[in-house]
Amino acid sequence: MATTHPNVLSEIDVHGQKRSMEAVTESTIELVTQEGKNKQLGFWLFIAAESVLFASFFAVYLALRHSIPNGPKPQELFELPLVFAATAILLTSSFTSVMAVMNMRQLKSGAMKGWLVLTWLLGFSFLVLEIYEFNHYVHMGHTFTSSAFGTAFYSLVGFHGAHVVFGLLWLMALLIRNARREITPYTAPKVYTFSLYWHFVDLVWVFIFTIVYLMGKVG
Amino acid sequence: MATVAVRAESERKKKSMLWDYLTTVDHKKIAHLYFWTGLFYFLVGGLEALLMRTQLAFPLNTFLTGKAYNEVLTMHGTTMIFLVAMPLLFAFMNAVVPLMIGARDLAFPYVNALSYWLYFFGALIMHIGFLTGDAPQGGWTGYMPLALSEYSGFGMSYYAMGLQLSGLGTLLTGINFVATIVNLRAPGMTYMRMPLFVWTSLVASILIMFAFPPLTAGLFLMIYDQLFGGQVFNVTGGGNVILWQHLFWIFGHPEVYIVALPAFGIFSEVIPTFSKKRLFGYSAMVIATALIAFFGFMVWVHHMFTVGLGPLANGIFAAATVIIAVPTGIKIFNWLATMWGGRLHFSAAMYWALGFIATFVMGGVTGVMMALPPADYQYQDTYFIVAHFHYTLIGATVFAIFSATYYWWPKMFGRLLNETLGKIHFWFFFIGFHMTFFIQHLLGLWGMQRRIFTYLPGQGFELPNLISTMGAYMMGIGVIVLGINIVLSFRKKPDASPDPWDGRTLEWATKAPVPEYNFARLPLIRGIDALWLEKMAGHKEMPVIEDYHDIHMPNSTILPFMMSLTLAIAALGFIWKEEFNHSFLYMGIGGIVLTLLVMFFRSVIDDEGYHIHKEEIKREEMKGVGV
Repeated sequence: MATTHPNVLSEIDVHGQKRSMEAVTESTIELVTQEGKNKQLGFWLFIAAESVLFASFFAVYLALRHSIPNGPKPQELFELPLVFAATAILLTSSFTSVMAVMNMRQLKSGAMKGWLVLTWLLGFSFLVLEIYEFNHYVHMGHTFTSSAFGTAFYSLVGFHGAHVVFGLLWLMALLIRNARREITPYTAPKVYTFSLYWHFVDLVWVFIFTIVYLMGKVG
Repeated sequence: MATVAVRAESERKKKSMLWDYLTTVDHKKIAHLYFWTGLFYFLVGGLEALLMRTQLAFPLNTFLTGKAYNEVLTMHGTTMIFLVAMPLLFAFMNAVVPLMIGARDLAFPYVNALSYWLYFFGALIMHIGFLTGDAPQGGWTGYMPLALSEYSGFGMSYYAMGLQLSGLGTLLTGINFVATIVNLRAPGMTYMRMPLFVWTSLVASILIMFAFPPLTAGLFLMIYDQLFGGQVFNVTGGGNVILWQHLFWIFGHPEVYIVALPAFGIFSEVIPTFSKKRLFGYSAMVIATALIAFFGFMVWVHHMFTVGLGPLANGIFAAATVIIAVPTGIKIFNWLATMWGGRLHFSAAMYWALGFIATFVMGGVTGVMMALPPADYQYQDTYFIVAHFHYTLIGATVFAIFSATYYWWPKMFGRLLNETLGKIHFWFFFIGFHMTFFIQHLLGLWGMQRRIFTYLPGQGFELPNLISTMGAYMMGIGVIVLGINIVLSFRKKPDASPDPWDGRTLEWATKAPVPEYNFARLPLIRGIDALWLEKMAGHKEMPVIEDYHDIHMPNSTILPFMMSLTLAIAALGFIWKEEFNHSFLYMGIGGIVLTLLVMFFRSVIDDEGYHIHKEEIKREEMKGVGV
């Protein structure tokens, strides 16, 4: 190796490539700072771990979905129109959160907040539908404690619902804290990680819709 | 941003030591917290082991029986795995991984503090059962339906809640280290130039990310069944008890590698340093590490061979299990080849490395024996299994922790441990270990069952059990010698040189004590064993890539402590609502609300850290010498 050392400051090989200035200017506002980059990677890793968590609950549900010593069966319970409406609402909220991030990247603070409020309202509507649905099931005798199927169902769908609740609280906190703050490299990663989270929650719902509701209807 | 304050040294050092450690987000101080807490629980777990061995010293002994024995047995296993092995490895990962890759801290210093405090309170919850009269007693594996409250009281709820908290902390640590190692390597520190300890920490962190969530799911279901009327493991409600075994071992087997791989990493640092040779087969070591992790997810059923999943399932998992012996064997031969022809220096750290190779090979061989299902039917639930996993977990993890203690003590605490006492510690512990556990292989083959608090006379178990107990006490003496060594080291001045072992990797290029920003100027890495390369090229210090400048530091904060405390309050509330009085439910809900409130504060208050002024850094740097 070359020994031209005593304290080189220039000619830096960054991981085998010369550091290019374009790469720095190209990045969007949430990735300007090192903290922003860390947050992006860290949150993707968190999503990876959460995927395994949900996969475990899906596996438990699939193993126990026919274990119904008492209480109604999935075919009698699920009403697809209601669930379909919930699905449409949640997927739309994913779209509105994308719009929020795109406006954030163009530094349009007002539009970003508008889309975020819309996202919150859609998420809240989903939650209302889910509470109505759970309440309906409980009246039909399908409860958390009625059977292994019941526990597995509420563990999986309820865990997703808890993620929606947490997402709504998170978004509310973001809207409150950023009400008088501009879009900066410090605030932008917060909005960006929220939108990652929200997409993930929506994606999980797509699987729940398929595996719990559609498969439940088929039997 | 313009709002970031500059804070002078005088202003930063006003805090009392207690407040400093409660609020710190510095990886070096968090390493201290992990080390002392882990060491404390090591003593607790060791004491529990001695209690059990005392009971088993004689047939039909009545020293510790029934429920009390079950509690001690359960807590020994749980403590040693979750509260000792992992936290002590995290202590060393925290202490040196950022230094080894040339980073100023972890990617998420705040989350790092949160991880520690979650572990701290999780451990506390697990032990609170001893005070309320219902400690965990269903075995560290929590098998169903034994772990349900009908059979084990509410002890296992403390186990489940405590593990849930400390498990969350562990998951966050895993994410933190992956993000750190991927994002914060110094210029030139390519993946294939990273020290092996960094590699094994990275792979173990990835294992944590994918192995802990199944445990989290399983623990949630356990909590539901115990405290909220869930039916997942209740057969009358349609539940299935085998589900728990799957969820637990999908986590449990990768867990073995989570505590073994960083241990391998430690030996891969210690052996080259004291052989004065580059690690033999660096790339083979990296690939072997990755392969072990990959196969580690495909072998969990070998813990369940006797459940009756059928010959096909057993056969596939047996084959996958046997394959793991190949990368592990590659590692053993590479360590041997590293020493071959090297200039060996037998320091205390090196003693443990040598002891490890001999011991761990024996644990590996019994592992391959048990990987064969027909033979496993003979070994299942006997002392043969107990002997095997102590050979691997003590032989690899505990020996590595001791090795790392002697090796990195000067970097962590600025003092050297006494080498002679270190070797006395080694011989007591090493001989005691083999006395305790070698004979247990034979006891198992002769038919002595594990997890049972006594045995009858006249079966030939008396003498071997007595030998085993005597060995356990010898290990205890070894640990006392370590304690004396630690106390003596703190009576000395912190005067260790920054590089006492003539080290090869970047952590030895930092000053002693390591300043809070680690590197005044980030180094340029020009190859494997970065520091050694510069030494061989005749340079006194690492090349740098930047001039002195203000360094951005994260603020210390009490919020991680508060967040963990409030979660612990919630956990206890939910347990006590079933154990004592239903109105404790409000305590549980209140705890959750308080946790969310703390998170809200964390989100709403801007926390952009502060700067240390470059003049101050320059002044600090001029005080000592670099290498």
